[in-house]
Amino acid sequence: MTVRRTILSGMLGLALAASTSGFALAQEAVKIGLILPMTGPFASTGKQIDAAVKLFLAKEGATHGGRKLEVILKDDAGNADATRRLAQELVVNDKVSVLAGFGLTPLAMATAQVATQAKVPEIVMAAATASITEASPYIVRTSFTLPQASEPMADWAWANGIKKVFTVVTDYGPGIDAETSFANKFKAAGGTVESVRVPLRNPDFAPFLQRVSEAKPDALFVFVPSGVGAQFMKQFVERGLDKAGVKLIGPGDVVDDDILEGIGDVALGAITTHHYSAAHDSPANKAFVEAFQKANPGMRPNFMAVGGYDGMKLIAKALEATKGDASGDKLIAAMKGASWESVRGPVKIDPDTRDIIQNIYVRKTQKVGSELHNVEFATIKDVKDPVKARK
Amino acid sequence: MLTILFDGIAYGMVLFVLGCGLSVTMGLMNFVNLAHGAFAMLGGYVAVQAMQRLGLPFLASLPLAFLAAAVVGIVLERLIYRPMYAKSHLDQVMFSIGLVFMAVAGTDWLMGSTQQFIHLPAWLQGRFEIAGVGIGRYRLFVIAICGLLAFSLQWGFTRTRFGSRLRAAVDDARVARGLGIPVNRLFALTFALGSGLAGLGGALGIELMGLDPSFPLKFMIYFLIVVTVGGTSSITGPFFAAMLLGVADVVGKYLVPQVGAFIIYALMVVLLITRPHGLFARARA
Repeated sequence: MTVRRTILSGMLGLALAASTSGFALAQEAVKIGLILPMTGPFASTGKQIDAAVKLFLAKEGATHGGRKLEVILKDDAGNADATRRLAQELVVNDKVSVLAGFGLTPLAMATAQVATQAKVPEIVMAAATASITEASPYIVRTSFTLPQASEPMADWAWANGIKKVFTVVTDYGPGIDAETSFANKFKAAGGTVESVRVPLRNPDFAPFLQRVSEAKPDALFVFVPSGVGAQFMKQFVERGLDKAGVKLIGPGDVVDDDILEGIGDVALGAITTHHYSAAHDSPANKAFVEAFQKANPGMRPNFMAVGGYDGMKLIAKALEATKGDASGDKLIAAMKGASWESVRGPVKIDPDTRDIIQNIYVRKTQKVGSELHNVEFATIKDVKDPVKARK
Repeated sequence: MLTILFDGIAYGMVLFVLGCGLSVTMGLMNFVNLAHGAFAMLGGYVAVQAMQRLGLPFLASLPLAFLAAAVVGIVLERLIYRPMYAKSHLDQVMFSIGLVFMAVAGTDWLMGSTQQFIHLPAWLQGRFEIAGVGIGRYRLFVIAICGLLAFSLQWGFTRTRFGSRLRAAVDDARVARGLGIPVNRLFALTFALGSGLAGLGGALGIELMGLDPSFPLKFMIYFLIVVTVGGTSSITGPFFAAMLLGVADVVGKYLVPQVGAFIIYALMVVLLITRPHGLFARARA
């Protein structure tokens, strides 16, 4: 009896396996063109997202909606002309069904036209200027927008007795986004704001920090691209601003998880608002961080990695919804309004703007054991990109 | 305001150490070496690795950065630079720019593209105040080291036998050889010195300007400005040029942050119009 049952179930299993693999073979793989800066000054973004995409395929499988996902990785070195050319090649030669990646705003913008003309969804996994999703009806974003992360900081600062803020941001799209969204909100609440913008290629922050120290604000709001965050923090402490009682606040880029250990103890006490911290306290995130670090020794997943992981999740969900139909319009329709439990908390794709709606967390940089982490202590639920929400 | 002046001087000092190596090779040896920044980057990475991997203290990593860049300088001079001495300046530019791209790609591949960090010892962190002027400890340390270097370089080139032989070799290598001056060895030594200084500057600069594989490209313009404005015939020229640029850059960004980044370029244009051969150019026949 038991023997027969074993044989029977074994046969059943074999038959099932045969039928599913036959089904997968019958349908071609869905190709995803992943364009990332894998070399050059922004390679850390590319490496984080690439690692997250690989982790997704390993953890959640490569077959979704009956179709196998096949990722074609291309390196644009952070150069917008290369991004557009690679996107065209991927669409025309490789016949990809989805374009994904895009480490910087100009790279995502450069591809918008390709996505529109080819009717191929463009999943933005990193670039964070608010206006990106307006560049094409085929753009969907799984990272965040800078106003989305910066405006809640204005509320938090005002509620916590900060009246006078000095903002220092890097003079390019995301920096200006962060500055204006924070300043407008903070001024509307009744606070005063002074601002300087730092050139993108700036070796020394001394002159800007000196201005801050003379203005004696309650807090310094900072946005710099994540790599130079370390220098900024060190010079902030060198100038004695922390001892002078100036709080360091801003969106989370300056205390990026990827480089936080390298910044060292000078980062202690920084208050930031962001959508993801490797220290996010949920079982799903603990498992994610552990698996990520096991697959990539010496690396800690940051907000770029989570954008990449959820980008893949979104593609997988859309394919399941269309039952494997990978035509652009059907995928986009399926992505609008999609929601799931991400390792950063609950997320949803806004059906109107195709931008992500997510929780923003207020965090403080602290020692957790021997490591530095951004520990979340307050949650602002379901934040939409405020720039597009006002339109 | 004095604080910002102090910051500017410290910044200028680093620029000087980075740039003076270039003015040594470019001015004294008449070789356009745009790969100079690559040696600076090498010094920086050596310092970072010495501190992170070997656990050496910061001070011990500085001479190591100098030595490593100097040794690599000697080897490269022997192997690939020497055949380029007789070539035209354009060839030298193309050649050394090629080296820069190789260095950038190689470093990226070897060390990864992320920013490198060092942790300064506690006695170099923070700052103190004298009569209301905030003085960063690290910046003071940089000023002291670089000031000492500038002084000994100037002394070395003008007062020692090595200096006079070198100047003779540069002005007329053939006659110098005839007088029994070992020109090739002299050039190799000078090149090593220039490269070593770049390496030291790179290591000192990590804390002020950061370090990643794009370093030689990012700061090439600064070295070149120091050398063009300072002239290449002396050490005092680049020294004052570096001071002036460091102070102008920092003070300019402090006073008018909207146009701050352009001030050094404007200054360079003005200086080159009024003094086309550099600040302290010796009269050319």
